[in-house]
Amino acid sequence: MTDKDYEDIPGTFVFDADRARIGYHLNQFCISLGKAEGREAFTADPEAYLDRYPMSPEQRQAVIDRDWNRMLELCGNIYYTSKLAAYDGINFQDLAGLMTGMGREAYRKMMVDGGRPIDGNRYKSEWGED
Amino acid sequence: MARITAGVGCSHVPAIGVAIDKGITGDDYWKPVFAGFEKSREWMKEANPDVIFLVYNDHCTAFDSSIIPTFALGAAAEFQPADEGWGPRPVPVVKNHQVLASHIAQSLILDEFDITVMNEMEVDHGLTVPLSVMYGQPEEWPALVIPLAVNVVMYPAPTGNRCYNLGKAIRRAVESFDEDLNVVIFGTGGMSHQLQYKRAGLINPEWDNAFLDRLTSDPVGLSQMPHIEYLREAGSEGVEMVMWHVMRGALDDEVTEVHRHYHVPASNTAVGHIILENKNED
Repeated sequence: MTDKDYEDIPGTFVFDADRARIGYHLNQFCISLGKAEGREAFTADPEAYLDRYPMSPEQRQAVIDRDWNRMLELCGNIYYTSKLAAYDGINFQDLAGLMTGMGREAYRKMMVDGGRPIDGNRYKSEWGED
Repeated sequence: MARITAGVGCSHVPAIGVAIDKGITGDDYWKPVFAGFEKSREWMKEANPDVIFLVYNDHCTAFDSSIIPTFALGAAAEFQPADEGWGPRPVPVVKNHQVLASHIAQSLILDEFDITVMNEMEVDHGLTVPLSVMYGQPEEWPALVIPLAVNVVMYPAPTGNRCYNLGKAIRRAVESFDEDLNVVIFGTGGMSHQLQYKRAGLINPEWDNAFLDRLTSDPVGLSQMPHIEYLREAGSEGVEMVMWHVMRGALDDEVTEVHRHYHVPASNTAVGHIILENKNED
């Protein structure tokens, strides 16, 4: 697959079948925290619980570091990583504050003021990226 | 016979459900979101559907990464609200019209839509939030509900064209069912929003309102929109809006827009809502 017309959108990962394959165990770990049994077992012994999910060392480290953007770079998906955030008591909007580097209050204010505008945010070239 | 009389397009932002469940819909942040649904609740009382055919997406609740059906039709007798990490929403159990659901499943497959049949399924906010905004907080949901879960989490979601044609097939299925039933179809999700990474918070009101306009004026043309346009213009999670085409395809070519509501923001998302009636229902 070379023709992915969605890879020139800035600040965005499109969770396609390739990313779903690479992120599988990371995402399955995260989603398991959506249920009380998973949360309790993870709390009781985090290392042993992570051992159940054969993710890459880099993915595992991103989880331990709670590096939300790194998890996405390593093919996590937001609907999954948000369950780990919820486990930590972080809601969707505050998670966005972390991922954008804006922080909670500035992000919330941007949304109340109408959100991030589309102009200047369509193409990587507009962000000075390849 | 059973008939589809109207369609409802509606966002399903989880925070809207939280606001209802916590009883904070009247505060400054939420008031304008809910004001736009007051007319909708009156309309629902008037329309009084026997069955709602509800097109939504599951958010890795019933389907995690292990199984990803593109179209999954709920055929169980009932569907329990799921625990999505904060405990289940305090909303009524969703009850199915099981005989109609089975009939639709059979009809769709013979009509060459290879759907997955779900005889066990929990439902998440994608399904229950639209019911809450349209009905409020009743003891029981006033209508039976047939859920259709559409994959929009893993790219690619089904195309707009496929969704539009599925709507037409759903209509054929409903109209070949003998019981006299008033069916309203919901298409949910959107509008513009991006939840992830550095572009999170994207909102595109011009695009959203053009989409709402074209549901009435140019539904076939709208259904041809490629995925890249949703992803780029409406945010990575804005691609959910393909589900509105299922709703639109199930209606007449000519419809009347009887209500529209648009507000920014609800949490990270633009809230969009529309009610369309078939012209011959007047």
